[in-house]
Amino acid sequence: MSLPGAPCAGSSILGEGGGVRPPSLVERLDSRTRVILALLFAVALVTGSDVTLLTVGLGLALILALLARLPVVRTLRRMLVLEGFMLVVLALLPFSIPGRVVAEVLGFAASAEGLTRAAQITLKANAITVAVFALLGTLEVVALGRALARLGAPERLVHLFLFTVRYLDVLDREYRRLRLAMRARAFRPATGPHCWCSIGYLFGMLMVRSLERAERIDAAMRCRGFTGRFPCLHEEAESGPGALDWGVGAASTAAVTLLLVMG
Amino acid sequence: MTSLVRLDGVTFAYDPARPVLDRVDFTLAAGERVALNGPNGIGKTTLLHLMVGLVLPQAGCIHAFGRERRCEKDFVEVRARAGLLFQDADDQLFCPTVAEDVAFGPLNLGKSKAEARRIVHATLESLGLAGLEERVTHTLSGGQRRLVSLAAVLAMAPEVLLLDEPTNALDEPTRARLLEILGDLPQAMVIVSHDRDVIERLATRTVRLEAGGRLS
Repeated sequence: MSLPGAPCAGSSILGEGGGVRPPSLVERLDSRTRVILALLFAVALVTGSDVTLLTVGLGLALILALLARLPVVRTLRRMLVLEGFMLVVLALLPFSIPGRVVAEVLGFAASAEGLTRAAQITLKANAITVAVFALLGTLEVVALGRALARLGAPERLVHLFLFTVRYLDVLDREYRRLRLAMRARAFRPATGPHCWCSIGYLFGMLMVRSLERAERIDAAMRCRGFTGRFPCLHEEAESGPGALDWGVGAASTAAVTLLLVMG
Repeated sequence: MTSLVRLDGVTFAYDPARPVLDRVDFTLAAGERVALNGPNGIGKTTLLHLMVGLVLPQAGCIHAFGRERRCEKDFVEVRARAGLLFQDADDQLFCPTVAEDVAFGPLNLGKSKAEARRIVHATLESLGLAGLEERVTHTLSGGQRRLVSLAAVLAMAPEVLLLDEPTNALDEPTRARLLEILGDLPQAMVIVSHDRDVIERLATRTVRLEAGGRLS
């Protein structure tokens, strides 16, 4: 049995296969420690408002990313999605929040309060994203589900999460097949009722097929004696948190307390 | 010969105006391997689903393992003794890892975790899949998926196997391996298939399903 969080040839959320390199410091942590740490970090940053402290938070997140040995290029590409949204926030906030005017662009006044708010939001969002990538993104999906279950998350939600992960790829393949079939018959996305209608059919068909698949999965489960309760093959006390987990736990609790007191 | 599963005058319709199966009689005896074929959409899969109670007939009765079975509760036991292999392995493999998926049936049957683990190990070993135990199911190849879903069915130690197009969309080596595995299994089988090899090498009897009725 592989231990939860142990890097094996599974699929982590960042899609990084295990490989032969020794586990990084973050990977050596118990998966539950990583979940709690990510949650704690996010809560601490969301409640904080001091720009200096938030910058320290971002610094910490970057250190975590280094410790987790995140692939730089792939992580940056993922961050781009967030940065696009951040740009809009950065561009709009200084002009939409009233306060002391520090600059004027094309007749619109930019306020100091708005600039501070924009900086806060950008720092928070980036720090939390990087930290989540470092702590949870390197975790195998199954291990994450199991960690949540062992931390007492509702069983149904955990199963929903694992089912989603399991069938996302099946649905995606179904979608691609339909899209390919459309393209094979010379369909090209354009603006117009024909295109909207076809896209509507595509998603409608995807829904119908998903529903049918759900029914077949349910039938297959009933065939194997499913009566509403999920058995679990893994022992509860598979591995306790190690010294490293306690150490990191203590250090991060101290840091977060400090952050909360100062912020 | 004792009959394991018997359908007497079974009628089933998704749409009452056009019944898929109309007063069908079918018997599976111990030791038999029945190849079931017929045109597409004639109700072959539905026939298998009727045998394990996934759909219930509008008329006629179903006997399985010495008793008439009528409702969902009756069929829970039937499903443990007659293993159904689905056409699409993706429908069957829903657990994150291979080991968990194969263990799902045995655990549902009330086996302990240690026993389930032993069964998983033995079943995968016997199908030559020992290395796949900790693999994540959606990363398996099509052939591996089919064999793992067969392992998941065999792990419940069924007396009867109901196979829905088992060799469909398999490459030649996997198909040959599957035929070999099936040929060595002791269970009575109903095999829905158009594959000539399956019919020639496995079947002891062929049944052709025609619109509404049945011809041997």
